[in-house]
Amino acid sequence: MGLFLFKRLGTLLATLLGASVVIFLVLEILPGNAAQILMGPDASPEAVQALAVKLGLDLPPLTRYWQWVSGLLVGDLGISYSYSTPVLELVLERLSLTVPLALMAMALTTVLALVTGIYAASQHNRTGDVGTMALAQIGIAVPNFWFAILLILFFSVQLQWFSAGGFAGWDEGVVQGFKSLLLPAISLAVVQAAILARITRSAVLEVLREDFVRTARAKGLSRRATLWGHVLRNALIPVITVMGLQFANLLAGTIVVENVFYLPGLGRLIFQAISNRDLIVVRNCVMLLAAMVIVVNFVVDVLYAVIDPRVKASDI
Amino acid sequence: MSQSPSFMARALGHRSFVIGATLTLLLLGAAALSLVWTPWSPYEIDMAAKLQMPGAEHWLGTDPFGRDVTSLLLVGARNSILVGVIAVGIGLTVGTALGLLAAARRGWVEELIMRLADFTFAFPAILSAIMMTAVFGAGIVNSITAIGIFNIPTFARITRASANAIWSREFVLAARACGKGPWRITIEHVLPNILSALIVQATIQFALAILAEAALSYLGLGTQPPQPSWGRMLAEAQTLLFQAPLLAVFPGIAIAMAVLGLNLAGDGLRDLLDPRLARKR
Repeated sequence: MGLFLFKRLGTLLATLLGASVVIFLVLEILPGNAAQILMGPDASPEAVQALAVKLGLDLPPLTRYWQWVSGLLVGDLGISYSYSTPVLELVLERLSLTVPLALMAMALTTVLALVTGIYAASQHNRTGDVGTMALAQIGIAVPNFWFAILLILFFSVQLQWFSAGGFAGWDEGVVQGFKSLLLPAISLAVVQAAILARITRSAVLEVLREDFVRTARAKGLSRRATLWGHVLRNALIPVITVMGLQFANLLAGTIVVENVFYLPGLGRLIFQAISNRDLIVVRNCVMLLAAMVIVVNFVVDVLYAVIDPRVKASDI
Repeated sequence: MSQSPSFMARALGHRSFVIGATLTLLLLGAAALSLVWTPWSPYEIDMAAKLQMPGAEHWLGTDPFGRDVTSLLLVGARNSILVGVIAVGIGLTVGTALGLLAAARRGWVEELIMRLADFTFAFPAILSAIMMTAVFGAGIVNSITAIGIFNIPTFARITRASANAIWSREFVLAARACGKGPWRITIEHVLPNILSALIVQATIQFALAILAEAALSYLGLGTQPPQPSWGRMLAEAQTLLFQAPLLAVFPGIAIAMAVLGLNLAGDGLRDLLDPRLARKR
């Protein structure tokens, strides 16, 4: 396990480093002059030059990259051009909404997908299976932001159970906070759950055909005990892999869904930063989101090895 | 891919493929029709006719600028297809070339290409598009490029996995024994044998491209006015949910139908082109 973890940690660090280089190149080097972008096309060359010096953009790219990365390591993300506050403060404030939203959505996705997928597999080729899989197929086709709008139409405009957008804030109480995040989390989860339910069903069906399942049944184990004791553990391997990939989609989805519900999260911060041409905020937020995706994939890789020891053995 | 009558007969007997192909043909038909005819001009503003309910004159009603929703949806289909074709084209061309190169050369070339492909997964299409928009500004070209770049690793992985399987077959060994080089084998033997897998993946990526473009246009980062786009129609409709809720329904149905059609057609093609998978499902 030690060597396996060591190799995976090496890949994790290399990927994080690669991501930081790509983000730096795209946002700082390719456009040529970030100060020009910031001030707009009508700004005078003198004003652009003055801003470039103020922001340290006149320094060599390698120095700027090193300043940024070393800052990241100690939590110094710089000062936002448009908010004039430390980027770290802004990001932490927004993460207090985005992280609970993503976790709520992931939890909903997992519960919905596992229940539906296992139910469909247990009803293989019967009405329950065909019906749930048809629903899953429709779920995959529905854009999450449209589903979010439909939820607003039904629960906010028609029934008036929830507000159509905005975030009450955690100061108003945890219940009120979670209530503001429920519709966004559902809209994010339904689409992802539809994908995961199909994977769960296929994985369970695949394992059900294995010889060891037949043996378990032959030695007198009940259907339920076989399913929970033997089938699920083995079926979880592809399910967890897909969940890791889905987390990336879910984080990307928060950017859109936060805008549908006007939630002051990380996604909305990026979006506002683009409008304000606040490249330093965009750079750090994109790095943070990419890092979250990379770290989750690392955790999935490790979990994968814990669930299936063969992965670890073949890797070493 | 066999086009023999038996393939056609199997295709027509495959329920989800028939539904998917019908919906996809409807999408293509709508886009083609919009090139020569729309009930009204999708660009003409008529404030006197704004926010009309569906009726005989405007089948699906009008938007806040008095534009005909049916016409906007028809032209929007064209936009979605354009984005899908170019974005999938970028992914298919570059990704397939890289995948074929990885399978033909193996060793460090394969390792490098595959690690790069893994790395690109850290940047979902929306994140790449946001970076490009922050630098180059919002627009359809940037969103297509971002979605296209996101497609490259997917095609590279599929191509490399399928091509590796072909490289281990006896007929490839026979071709090598005849003195054919790796590039000739790749073009003459490997590529034709992995085409079906690529076609299936292209269908699925097409659907994902439509979804990604709609999301980007909804955020205002994709297609720009006055060009109609399903995503932007939804963004405009959201501000009028209380006055005209139906405006938020039709573009969403159009997106869902297009994506559902392509997904079902892709799933059906996979079953039809590889019957072993169909038996497993």
